[in-house]
Amino acid sequence: MAKKMDTPENIDARLDGETAICARGIVRDFQAGQSTIRVLHGIDSDIRSGEMTYVVGESGSGKTTLISIMCGILWPTDGEVKVFGTDIYALSDTELVNFRLENIGFIFQQYNLIPSIDAAANAAVPLIAQGMAIESARRKAMELLDALNIGDQAEKLPNQLSGGQQQRVAIARALVHEPRLVVCDEPTAALDARSGRRVMDLLRDVAVAEDRACIIVTHDNRIFDLADRILVLEDGRVTHDGVEMPDGH
Amino acid sequence: MLWIAIRMLTGDKQKFYGLLFGIAFSTLLITQQLTIFVNLIERGASGVYSAPEAEIWVMDPVTRTTEVNYAMPPTALDEVRSVQGVEWAVPHLRAVASVRNSEGDLEGVTIVGVDDATLIGLPERMVEGDKSILLQPDSVLIDDVGLTKMFAPGENPIGERLELNDQRAVIRGIADAIPSFTSQVTLYTKYSQALNYVPGTRNRLTFVLAGVRDGETVEAVAQRITEETGLKALPREELAQSGIDFIVENTGIPLNFGITVALGFIVGVAIVGLTFSLFIRDNIKQFGALKAIGVTNFKIGQMVVAQATLVGSVGYALGVIGTVLFIWGFSGNPTFKGFYIPWQIPFVSLVAVIAILALTGWISLRSVMRTEPAAVFR
Repeated sequence: MAKKMDTPENIDARLDGETAICARGIVRDFQAGQSTIRVLHGIDSDIRSGEMTYVVGESGSGKTTLISIMCGILWPTDGEVKVFGTDIYALSDTELVNFRLENIGFIFQQYNLIPSIDAAANAAVPLIAQGMAIESARRKAMELLDALNIGDQAEKLPNQLSGGQQQRVAIARALVHEPRLVVCDEPTAALDARSGRRVMDLLRDVAVAEDRACIIVTHDNRIFDLADRILVLEDGRVTHDGVEMPDGH
Repeated sequence: MLWIAIRMLTGDKQKFYGLLFGIAFSTLLITQQLTIFVNLIERGASGVYSAPEAEIWVMDPVTRTTEVNYAMPPTALDEVRSVQGVEWAVPHLRAVASVRNSEGDLEGVTIVGVDDATLIGLPERMVEGDKSILLQPDSVLIDDVGLTKMFAPGENPIGERLELNDQRAVIRGIADAIPSFTSQVTLYTKYSQALNYVPGTRNRLTFVLAGVRDGETVEAVAQRITEETGLKALPREELAQSGIDFIVENTGIPLNFGITVALGFIVGVAIVGLTFSLFIRDNIKQFGALKAIGVTNFKIGQMVVAQATLVGSVGYALGVIGTVLFIWGFSGNPTFKGFYIPWQIPFVSLVAVIAILALTGWISLRSVMRTEPAAVFR
């Protein structure tokens, strides 16, 4: 990673300590039969550390595609993405996978917990993937589950937990390896209003830090007030970038 | 990650047991059918194995096996004895006859006539009685498997009188013989007596059994006999192999067993493939999530290999144990007498299991590998 940061094109991003993601000219096309559909039309955007940034928009506006590209799991058709100064799509496949493992935490809409291992083991997955011994990884995950107030549920399987509890396990999994970027996809979509609010409060407490950026894709207008910054996407273009939702949304 | 892979697999009990069943069933079918096949065709050599002293079998050149034979003139015996390197040579008769039992029923039997003086040509062991009892007049020995065809369970055949070619034969002992391929009743008697029991033709000497002198090799002496007498002389192993080859070439058994073994393989591929695919499909989101989090395709591949290895090891062990239990369970049945599992058969099953898992694992793995990490956001 250091080698990448030392290249001239990375210097700008490296010097700006607050910039977690620097996306320039992001274009993404999808093939649909014979025709090509352009989902993102040359998006330029910076995501800063210490902020909870919301990416909002209607279904099909390209918000999921955008964060997939920003976190290195979907190649852009064109454009450049630097995450903490590293041009992630200039990395080899293996380097990119390792970069994600070291630097990014994911919270998925459907949690995607492994059903046959308990909550502690689920939360410990990134550490186990990094090569940490299972028991050490579990211990560290347990500490985080305690902090998330579900320490007493640590030995339960996912199907023995409520939706809110599963979401907390997913949050623990996203944070256990102390990533510098946390990406959440519709974290409240499967939760009722009260649970959703609690999860977002919690996320705000534990995920947002001075040296960590947090991007949340959502169209849940009940939680818009928790955002530090809101990017609105319409038809693959950023139509608003501010601290509040624009009128009419 | 391998720990997680194993937990993912064993946690889904339904599919885990389905996979185990698929592998175990395939292994059982392949191992059991191959075992029966090998043991069955080896019975084509039972005539040779039942006369353990003979190192060389001499026969008419057109004779193919101990069962498919053509008689030689009686002078053949002296011709063989005169060949250098032959330590001893004795007459041996094998012929088919019909026997009338005490109830008047007819039964096809194989008559084996062994040397009157030495009794060379008899099976090594006896179940009941002594070999020397054959020296008494009209005596025959019956093989232990064959007697189950002629006598009801619990009925003692010793002393029973039979009628062979209008001659009297009295069963005076039971030989511990290797059953023949057809499991026909075999009656052993002296060569001179056997000549009376089989319908008279000019030539009735079917084989000459010979031993070689010290310092001579079996192959060299057999070659010499062939050259000097014009008869066919084969080392015992070669004639045994001819008996096996004859069954392989002239019966549908290899094809039928081959079809069953192939079915075992196909059933294995179908069950394991389907279940493995379902398992992978059910967990595709989890695999996708792991890929997004930062687990490399190589590690994912290792996880699938670990899962396949666990299923393969346990399923294979269950299948082999099932075959062993089957063979052991039926060892008292005359049909399965002497059956054993050659080490090559479990090895073949192991290769088949590895092939099944490699094929199905590869197909399943492809879908995991093709899954884009971004799919977890959809």
